[in-house]
Order: sequence, then C-alpha cells, then structure tokens
Amino acid sequence: MTTTEIEHHTSTGLDNRKMLMWAFLGSDFMFFGSLIATYLIYFGKSITGPLPHEILDIPLTSVSTFVLLMSSFNMVLAYNAIRNGNVNGFRIWVLCTVFLGATFLGFQVYEFREFAIHGLTPQTNLFGTTFFTLTGLHGAHVTIGVIWLLSLFAYSFRKKMDSNDALNVDLAALYWHFVDIVWIVIFTLVYLIGVSLSG
Amino acid sequence: MNTIKETEQNHNEEHEHPTPLTYFKIAIALVVITIIEVALFYIPALENVLVLLLIILSVAKFVLVALFYMHLKFDSRLFSGFFFGGLLLATLVITALVVLFNIR
Repeated sequence: MTTTEIEHHTSTGLDNRKMLMWAFLGSDFMFFGSLIATYLIYFGKSITGPLPHEILDIPLTSVSTFVLLMSSFNMVLAYNAIRNGNVNGFRIWVLCTVFLGATFLGFQVYEFREFAIHGLTPQTNLFGTTFFTLTGLHGAHVTIGVIWLLSLFAYSFRKKMDSNDALNVDLAALYWHFVDIVWIVIFTLVYLIGVSLSG
Repeated sequence: MNTIKETEQNHNEEHEHPTPLTYFKIAIALVVITIIEVALFYIPALENVLVLLLIILSVAKFVLVALFYMHLKFDSRLFSGFFFGGLLLATLVITALVVLFNIR
C-alpha cells in the first residue's frame, strides 16, 4: 500500500489529511488574492517615488524565478523517490530543494536591502507598502516551506522511511508547489507588467 | 456512500503519476516560457499586447505546475474542485475590488 492510499476508511475514499491540505491551498488563494487586489488598487497612485520601473530589477528577479521553478522540479523528484522507496534519493532531492528555496530567500533579502538603500521602504509610498507586504508574505511562506522540508529531511534519519511515508512528503510538496505557483503570478503581475505599465 | 469498488477506483486514479522524464520536460517548458516572458518584456514593438501575452504565458506555467507537479491531472477531481474553486473565488474578488475602487 502506498501512502496516497488511505490507511483508514473515509466516505470519499480519499485521505482526510490530503483533503485538508487542498482545502487550505484553496483558501490561501484568497489570502494572496486580497494582497494582489490591494497592490493593483493602489498601483500608479503613489505620490512620491521610487516607482516600480525605477527600482525593480527584472534580470535579477528572472534568475530568482528560475531558482524557484527548479526547486519545484527537485521537490517533485524527491516525492517520486520516496514513492519508490528510495530514501537516499529523497534525501538528496529534498536537500537540493531546500538549498534552492534558501537561495530564493537570499535573493529576496538582497533585493529588499537594495531597495532600502535606494530609498524604498514599506513607509515610503503606496507602492512600497503593497509591494513589501505581498512579496514579504510570500517570502514568509517560502521560509515555512524550507523549515518543513528540513524537518522531513531530519525525520528521514530518525525513522526508517519507506513508501508509506510518501503522504507526508506529498503534503509538503503540494505546499511547495503552491508557493511556486503564487510566485509565477507575482513575477508576472508585479514585476513584468508592473514595470511595463509604470515606465 | 461510496462502494468499495468506487474507493478502489479512486485509489487507482491516484497511482498514475508521471515519470521523472515527464517532470524534466515540464521543467524545461517552464524555463522556456519564463525566458520568452522576459524576452517579450524587452521588445518595445509588443508594448500594446504585452500584458495580454504575459498573462497567457503566466497561465500556461500555472496550469503546468498544477496539473503535473501537483498531480491534479491524475488525482481525484475533488482536489481540483478545492483548488480551482479557491482560485476562481480569489479571481472574482480581485476583479470586483479593482473595478469597485476604479469606479470610485
């Protein structure tokens, strides 16, 4: 029996924990939706600069986007490995995912620091307030994901993991891919379209 | 209430996951789409249609991750309902708020 199968009977035939994770991800759309709506409503309404086209670094963010996309690829390989009972493979891929997630966070910290040096903080203008809130809370989601994956990595040494543990990995993977999906939207709306329309 | 047979069918649906090669192809597709997005951004001639093109490409990446990496293509439709239901609701709320505040 693999962990995508239930070990207890449910009326839907689906594992309740996985159902809960999907319900959470659906509701998290509303969370980010409200932040994106706020960003869009206040877009172009800043009285003072810096404005998006003056400060956002598209080449740098393109690289960090690539890093996050690759982390999703590594995560799905980690899940595939544990489904096949390959614990060493799981450890390698999940560690790669953690490394890439931490690299993405490093990019974000560098970006925020650069913005502060150039005079953009959450208090500067409406763009600063909405930008830092949206991307900062996304960064918080990535941080939680990194901690979650690290705990799974440590767990693999404490207990002999096998394919029965795949559901635990699956839940973390779903969360990680969701964070990736949200960044796909943020990168397009805030960075590419934001700079294009404000320039 | 589901019968045992229906439950088994649900389980079988969940088992059909892609191979690592498919995951790799999806990763390549995601990278290529991102490169196209950034390239389009630097072409001044596309200024009028840039937003539309970027949204289309972004949706393509979104769908690829959801269907293949999150396995919605292979898992129960109930999960898709939760996921796309939340997405639809969020999109409607964003649209309503933006329209409302622009009218004011």
